[in-house]
Amino acid sequence: MSEKLIESGNSAAALAVQLAAAEVIAAYPITPQTPLTEKLSELIAAGEMDAEYVAVESEHSALAVCIGAASAGVRPFTATSSNGLLYMSEQLHWAAGGRLPLVMCVVNRAVGAPWSVWNDHQDAISQRDTGWIQIFAKDHQEIVDMTLKAFRLAELVHIPVMVNYDGYYLSHTYMPFELPDAEAVRAFLPEYDYKHTLSPEHPESLNTVTLPDARNDINGVKQGGYMEIRQNLHLEMRQAMDVWEEIDDDFQQRFGRGGTPILDPYRCEDAEFIIVAMGSMANQFQDVVDRLRESDGLKAGVLALQMYRPFPTARIAEALQAAKVIMVCEKGLSYGNQGALFADLKSALYPYPARPRLHNYIVGLGGREIRTDDLYLEMKQACRQDDQATPEQNDTPQWIGMQL
Amino acid sequence: MTDSRFKILTSASTSGPGDAGRTGSWRVERPVIDYSRCTPAKTGKPSCHLCWMYCPDNVVSKSLEPTIDLEYCKGCGICAEECPVKAIEMVSEEEFIEGGNDE
Repeated sequence: MSEKLIESGNSAAALAVQLAAAEVIAAYPITPQTPLTEKLSELIAAGEMDAEYVAVESEHSALAVCIGAASAGVRPFTATSSNGLLYMSEQLHWAAGGRLPLVMCVVNRAVGAPWSVWNDHQDAISQRDTGWIQIFAKDHQEIVDMTLKAFRLAELVHIPVMVNYDGYYLSHTYMPFELPDAEAVRAFLPEYDYKHTLSPEHPESLNTVTLPDARNDINGVKQGGYMEIRQNLHLEMRQAMDVWEEIDDDFQQRFGRGGTPILDPYRCEDAEFIIVAMGSMANQFQDVVDRLRESDGLKAGVLALQMYRPFPTARIAEALQAAKVIMVCEKGLSYGNQGALFADLKSALYPYPARPRLHNYIVGLGGREIRTDDLYLEMKQACRQDDQATPEQNDTPQWIGMQL
Repeated sequence: MTDSRFKILTSASTSGPGDAGRTGSWRVERPVIDYSRCTPAKTGKPSCHLCWMYCPDNVVSKSLEPTIDLEYCKGCGICAEECPVKAIEMVSEEEFIEGGNDE
């Protein structure tokens, strides 16, 4: 039986991992992720989850343990935040290049220095080029559903998946959500089966050194070199978008939730002004959109981006073809350039006939309060702005909520 | 339950000496086995062989008197570290230079 709960986002994630029957948990505590892995250790200690909890001395080791576990044919899970994710960075590249089907929750938090335990997306954004699939949940139900779907995606396409959710906004707040039936989850997520499982009967070397050219292996069989392996990762990561949609279809049939796994539009059907955002902020923008429509008669909508890597280039460009103005609001940036999502979105639109006017907003860094009133005023101004601004002015990110 | 549409290229391969090229030239210290201590050599039974199991370059033979292929042994010293009876000593390559060490 599925059950309805009111719990924190971290508990929602832990219960999803329990349902997914992860067999090895290796994690190092870091705020705001800590309650997630504490909950998992409690479930294991209470005998409610059949898994090995490996205490490690760092995040680098946490992911290394998961890499070893996945290579040995068991289903691992880890979670982290902020500087912990950065400490894993070398192993992130390794897990992706080794095509290991790992799942990790990243409870998004600002990156130091200066030190901050509060939310933004810079941790995940800074790791966008590691070869991990990155998805962003907007609420507790999505944390549960995305985590379950992430295990299936990772194990089908052999690319690690990072399930992101906002620190505090989601991790520590309590919201109602439905936890699916364990038997039904078992049918949705079959047992883990890894292509290159390490076995004493069939010893293999994994991820051995590759030379610049493709060469024959010890059995005389031609093997891809570094460039073939990396191109394959890229191409199959692009292909993983279709698989993610197929998984979502199946999930919807079994559990009744889904239908918008990559882009989740709100009042976008006739929208001339579309706000693009990731994570819980996309839900907050629903209020802004309602006000713009009801108080100002502006045809506004919000498009939540749930899959950031692989970037849904064609899907998002097509979804924005009818809009006049796009407002990209993000909690992270590529320092010295502009918002990372903004730059990605702009490049996605370039080959398409309609290129709506684009605005970029940086909000909520280091937990700076994102006031709905501020968002409303900024968005209203962007909707009403004529084309007097220079291209450079339009292309320069504006920072919302500054206090100096 | 891999999706059959995916190739999943990796550099996984059957282990064998030379997987990483001619790594013997990297060596600074050479493992030397004292067969009077080595368990399989001493007992005449195919037992232990931890050096064979742990060698990351697969250059140790699984024989009663284990031998090391110096063409590929990069001198990492893991065999010496793992040997439970301390039968393997890491000796400086200087000792093997013909004519000996001038000092």
